[in-house]
Amino acid sequence: MTSGIDNKYVIFKLNKEYYGIPIDKVISIEKMQNSTRIPNSPKHVKGVINLRGEVILLIDLRQKLNMELKEIDSSSRIIIVSNDDITAGLIVDSSSEVMEINKDNIDPPPTSSENDYLSYVFGIGKTEDRLVILLDLSKILEY
Amino acid sequence: MDLDISQYINIFVEEAKEHLQSMNEVLLELEKNPSHLGHVNEIFRVAHTIKGMSGTMGFHNMANLTHEMENVLQAARNNDIQISEEIIDILFECFDALDTSVSHIIDYGVEDNNTNHSLINKLTKLLSKEKNNKETNNNVPKDLKIDNFVIEAVDKAKKEGLNVYRIDFGLNDSCMLKSARAFIIFNTLETFGEIIHSQPSVEDIEDEKFDLEFSVLLVSESQKSDVLKDLGQISEIDSINLTVLESSGNTNVINSEGSELATAPNLSLEDSSDKNEKSNQPHTGKIGKTVRVDIDRLDNLMNLVSELIIIKTRMDDLSEKSTGENMTEAIEYLERITTNLHDAVMKVRMVPIERVFNRFPRLVRDLSKELGKEIELQMSGEETEVDRTVIDEIGDPLIHLIRNSIDHGIELPSDRAKIGKPETGTVVLKSYPDGNNVVIEVEDDGKGIDHDKVKKKAIEKGILDEKESELLSIEDSINLLFAAGFSTSDKISDVSGRGVGLDVVKSKIESINGNIEVESIKDKGTKFIIRIPLTLAIIQALLIRLSDEIYAIPLSSITEIINITNDQIRDVQGQEIVLYRGKTLPIIRLKNILGVETIEENEDLVVVVVRKGDKQAGLIVDNLIGQQEIVIKGLGKYLGGIKYLSGATILGNGNISLILDINSLI
Repeated sequence: MTSGIDNKYVIFKLNKEYYGIPIDKVISIEKMQNSTRIPNSPKHVKGVINLRGEVILLIDLRQKLNMELKEIDSSSRIIIVSNDDITAGLIVDSSSEVMEINKDNIDPPPTSSENDYLSYVFGIGKTEDRLVILLDLSKILEY
Repeated sequence: MDLDISQYINIFVEEAKEHLQSMNEVLLELEKNPSHLGHVNEIFRVAHTIKGMSGTMGFHNMANLTHEMENVLQAARNNDIQISEEIIDILFECFDALDTSVSHIIDYGVEDNNTNHSLINKLTKLLSKEKNNKETNNNVPKDLKIDNFVIEAVDKAKKEGLNVYRIDFGLNDSCMLKSARAFIIFNTLETFGEIIHSQPSVEDIEDEKFDLEFSVLLVSESQKSDVLKDLGQISEIDSINLTVLESSGNTNVINSEGSELATAPNLSLEDSSDKNEKSNQPHTGKIGKTVRVDIDRLDNLMNLVSELIIIKTRMDDLSEKSTGENMTEAIEYLERITTNLHDAVMKVRMVPIERVFNRFPRLVRDLSKELGKEIELQMSGEETEVDRTVIDEIGDPLIHLIRNSIDHGIELPSDRAKIGKPETGTVVLKSYPDGNNVVIEVEDDGKGIDHDKVKKKAIEKGILDEKESELLSIEDSINLLFAAGFSTSDKISDVSGRGVGLDVVKSKIESINGNIEVESIKDKGTKFIIRIPLTLAIIQALLIRLSDEIYAIPLSSITEIINITNDQIRDVQGQEIVLYRGKTLPIIRLKNILGVETIEENEDLVVVVVRKGDKQAGLIVDNLIGQQEIVIKGLGKYLGGIKYLSGATILGNGNISLILDINSLI
């Protein structure tokens, strides 16, 4: 077996598209829960939640990626990720599975200066039946 | 074979730091009172211990340096040389070199390559000066210090026709179990007679508190050859030096065995007055039973206590809903236990602020020498205890303030004399507990802050324009000092004046939820008052409600709670105030600054009066929920810069409530 965790991704849906985050950055996937609003914080900061006694920052990924906002529903999930000392929960529409994507099947993101959303993308993963947009966590958790 | 020493490095470092600290303290004492033999003995003892420790760890440069220090100190102990300022300076340099070595070991786990050659030269030079006067011999055993009791015993033994031997042992330096080896020697000796004295003491030898040498006085019927023969069978002994004592009088020794000695070993009676003095001033640390514990383990324990407190609050919540009396009782009991547990864990984490203070005498000494000022440092309240994490943070800001006081504050002796001040300036460092806070004051009797100069500088730097500066209150001009890049010093010195100062001090102190204030009177002096929380983890807080959101206000910053009506509020140039106890109290509408939606305006308002130093403000809240012990959780790096918040806490129902940062509100 050559497949380490290097090429595994947690796949989730956002605005009908599939997105992926490297699995080694993901701590857990949680159902939606009550959050506490943080006054005077950036728009994409949804608040903080109590995750088993820890205070975790909650980021609305749609807002962060400048997408159209959507009401939280029963399929909404929080993906808890950790990168460079920052732990945060990302709100996504739904999460589906873990997928293996080989490095050879990852293309660099298309370059476009108009779309700053692309700066959060580090590659496009190709699998048999779909394309997965792979997100650059360090960019998303940048402050 | 190389021993794996890495596991001992932490212990070595901890102990070395402690020993160096006590060396530093005693050196300072010695400087004040160079003739005090007790101090010399103390430094000798410490140098000796460090030599042993570093030798064991294979840190040869440290071992060599301490060895040379020992030689010099030994000479001083024997009154062969007099402690002079030069010697003290060199000893301080040695201390610095050792300190640097230890820091290097902390950082890299190995010793640096500095062989301290020049220092060792200086040390040997000190000794060689004396060698011209006196022929010394390396084989001369150390003087035995014995008390009256032993002398009587020696005399008595002599009268009874017994032999009294002084035997000096030198163990092989590869000897691993020194105390065990010594034990074998003692056992062997006891077959011949009675050991009436040993140096170091038997207890110290048992605890391995000796290097490689020790001496005993043996009273025996046997001939010395028999004794030597038996002792010769014990391995790992490098040298045995047996001397027959004829009587206990000073230097009355005959028949020296072993090497051809030019000088006979001395047997001197220790001055009993000196001994009393020594026992009256135990300056090296209190001896208590202690265990070294990794701070991570304590943090872990603290976290568990925090969780316990959270679940306790939760049960509190639940018990309100149930009616069972037993439940309430049980919860009250649980509450008592958790509070006690919390206190106990807190105490474990507390260390006296002395740990920070004790490096300042040296700092002041060096700085005043360097700047040609005469300065006396007065410290009080060193025993005040604060959380370990606070200790680590507070050192640098304090160093900065003290440097400031000495460099900018205190004038040159000649200038002081001109304006009728005593030539010696005073820096006072004071610490005392104040509720949930610890206050640290740094005060000097120097020239104070020159407000005109501050204003001028501010205009030069474009922080203010002329008009604004005229309106500037004294208080505000002092606050300017905390602005980034601000320094009123005309010249930049090594010590301070680069303007990277007070702003850094302030932000550091604020980062641990503290605050800093300045009082200054021209030509009288300046006083910095730092207020830091006792602990960073668990505090008492008042929970308040704003619409449907709950916030926590640290109880320590609340002075009282008052009720006012809306029409009592006056608008003075955009700032809302109320008259309260004859003073104007600025009003802060929390809902506005926290962006909470206001549904309806109440006529009657609840105002929480909070303070920061001597400034106050009234916070308008919707209603009060109650007082509660809360566990402070950080908001993390991402939200670290958010205004008005200092953290978050988890309430009994599992929801998160945010803690208001009063310092940034006022």
